[in-house]
Amino acid sequence: MKRWHMLTVVGRDRPGIVAALADALYRAGANLGEASMTRLGGNFTIMLMVESDFDAGALARLLAPATQHLGLQLHVDAIEGQLHDHVEPNVRIAVHGADRPGIVAQITAILAEQGFNILDLNSDVAGSADKPIYVMVLDGYAQAGAAALERALAPMRASGIELRITPIDTLVG
Amino acid sequence: MALLPILVYPDERLKQISTPVTEFDAALHRFLVDFEATMRASPGGVGLAAPQVEYFKRIIIVDVSSKPKIPRHGRLLLINPEIVAREGEALGREGCLSVPDYTGNVVRAQRIRVRYLDPDGAAGELDCEGYEARAVQHEMDHLDGLLFLDRLVSRGDLFRRKFYK
Repeated sequence: MKRWHMLTVVGRDRPGIVAALADALYRAGANLGEASMTRLGGNFTIMLMVESDFDAGALARLLAPATQHLGLQLHVDAIEGQLHDHVEPNVRIAVHGADRPGIVAQITAILAEQGFNILDLNSDVAGSADKPIYVMVLDGYAQAGAAALERALAPMRASGIELRITPIDTLVG
Repeated sequence: MALLPILVYPDERLKQISTPVTEFDAALHRFLVDFEATMRASPGGVGLAAPQVEYFKRIIIVDVSSKPKIPRHGRLLLINPEIVAREGEALGREGCLSVPDYTGNVVRAQRIRVRYLDPDGAAGELDCEGYEARAVQHEMDHLDGLLFLDRLVSRGDLFRRKFYK
């Protein structure tokens, strides 16, 4: 019976990680779903939906040669596939400022209070080691729209964080 | 009046290049009635191109009146449209009635001037900007067999990217 798993993979970045894992899964007859793969610091990270006849243990075993060779940590969870059910974001929030503890905690606490559903979040620590800056872009769905978020997030601006809230009005034609 | 079925990607016919309209007759007008009804019946749809409904002629309809507070011209039925001037560029999110359950960021000209014929064959010219200009460019792409998928930029590209003409 076909079932879905979420593979989480983390390891030191190097060329060939995606190819090695994709090849092992393809040869085993597995089907790939949606994925997010990115380099975070010096690490390569993968969240990958996989559909196959295997259980979690069997998936880990068939990937073991690749993960051992490349020094990757692998974690497998059974999940519901739930494809073809994308939620469309209606607000994008771009944040930047001098890096300090608490930026994400404070902003997301306000967003959670507003019932904001984060659909996609990317963040980077940029700048230099002695003067790091924090950059975060998140797309999500705000029930009350962008204007209510603008008011709720105003105190963050006062604390020196730059925030840009942009409505996303997806064109369908 | 009838609602027309909409071709869905990866249907190869969406890649077909449509030909100019030469006859402004009753058959064309009958098609336009069904064409507009199909656009209006599509949830969230602000435009449609004739090849999306398997009519491979250079005809688009755009109406962004449902969007508040933006510059617009109401219902635009443009036949054999051509962009004669373009200015600026803007990133925006697009989806398509022919591509269910996917949206993505696309760079479009901010302002365009379009030369077109109306349903009776009379020539006109029109300046549009912003969201409406995006809709016109999205629909005109269909006439050349292009989808917004052909113009996607990465979700990380919030700012300027090479503008694919």
